[in-house]
Amino acid sequence: MGDLQNLLLIAVGSAFVNNVVLSQFLGICPFLGVSKNVKTAAGMGSAVVFVITIASFVTGLIYKFILGNKNIMGGELEYLNTIVFILVIAALVQFVEMFLKKSMPSLYNALGVYLPLITTNCAVLGVALTNVESGYGLLTGVVNGFATAFGFLVSIVLMAGIREKIEHNDISESFQGTPIVLVTAGLMAIAFFGFSGLI
Amino acid sequence: MNKCTERIYNGLIKENPTFVLMLGMCPTLAVTTSATNGIGMGLSTTAVLIMSNMLISMLRKIIPDSVRMPAFIVVVASFVTIVDFLLEGFLPGLYDSLGLYIPLIVVNCIILGRAESYASKNPVLPSIFDGVGMGLGFTFGLTCIGIVRELIGAGQIFGVQVMPDSYVPFTIFVLAPGAFFVLAALVALMNKIKRAAAKRGKPMPEAVGCGAGCASCQNRTACGGHLIRPETADGGKEKE
Repeated sequence: MGDLQNLLLIAVGSAFVNNVVLSQFLGICPFLGVSKNVKTAAGMGSAVVFVITIASFVTGLIYKFILGNKNIMGGELEYLNTIVFILVIAALVQFVEMFLKKSMPSLYNALGVYLPLITTNCAVLGVALTNVESGYGLLTGVVNGFATAFGFLVSIVLMAGIREKIEHNDISESFQGTPIVLVTAGLMAIAFFGFSGLI
Repeated sequence: MNKCTERIYNGLIKENPTFVLMLGMCPTLAVTTSATNGIGMGLSTTAVLIMSNMLISMLRKIIPDSVRMPAFIVVVASFVTIVDFLLEGFLPGLYDSLGLYIPLIVVNCIILGRAESYASKNPVLPSIFDGVGMGLGFTFGLTCIGIVRELIGAGQIFGVQVMPDSYVPFTIFVLAPGAFFVLAALVALMNKIKRAAAKRGKPMPEAVGCGAGCASCQNRTACGGHLIRPETADGGKEKE
């Protein structure tokens, strides 16, 4: 039970308390860019969930068996973390895209366009590095990755919902566009502080 | 004006990455809790930017076009790793406060953006100065935001108390929401300036940050020039 509880704590912690967008500022680009309506936001969010979960599994494997392995170069390969992870993530995204195109066309149609954009979403690399830095094992890492991405999904969908309403509002000229979105994000960040009592 | 000083002017003022182009928003929001952190992040990015621009410009005739993105990423990631170790060794205080955001310089839009749009097409010397200009512009942007947040949120600038004792700091400004509010105000100000400039018949460059399209974002190369337009909700692809 202890393990399960621990996993649950990590999951809630990274999904809500330390929300990836609103308190860690990772993945701001898609958060601002692809949140104009709920449908696209949900597409982007689910693509991120998909990629981050796989990426945290793969980078976890690589770290466990190659980079952090004491038997290879005495575990001194850790300095390659950043370089290896970013290349692996870029390659992985391409691979996932090809795989989905061939074998799951329906999923590909839903997520396809967003996949290439994710390569450079800093949240993916951020999660991979956090997993290593916090010393998470394979399972914990994947759970953390999934939860972080879920937090992203929740916040981008909420944001898109709010933006659809903002469209019809009368906003002063200078604040139209990005500024009002940033103000909204700030207010959402305050709201998310409420979760900090959870753990 | 000679070409090198022109590059610096371009990076600092004309195409300032933070205020005009709106690139690299993640570190801009995350590390600007104080002016010192802003400068530290800005200078680290500048160092990486200069070195990677230099090397990529040197290698521009050797790297085949089809694998240029992975090649650029390897170059940038190597320099980021070097900077990471230098900071850990010589400035441990800064290293601790920047934390995760140092390795994340790799995915900063500015660096790959400059590599793609400038260094891979121009000779070494202008590329270096382009890196210096863009880097300083970024440092300038981060420091400005850092000063505003530190002043309102803690009543200090660079750790020195400037507000009178009776001033009660708005702690929210050094926390996450403050970053969004300060940036929103700055962008709104920028919009106002742009509109005034457009009225005088001197249009300024459009923001290319991910919020407004991806003209020089590295995502563009990743997505092969297909812009995702949120208006076409089904993810319709449009050729730029």
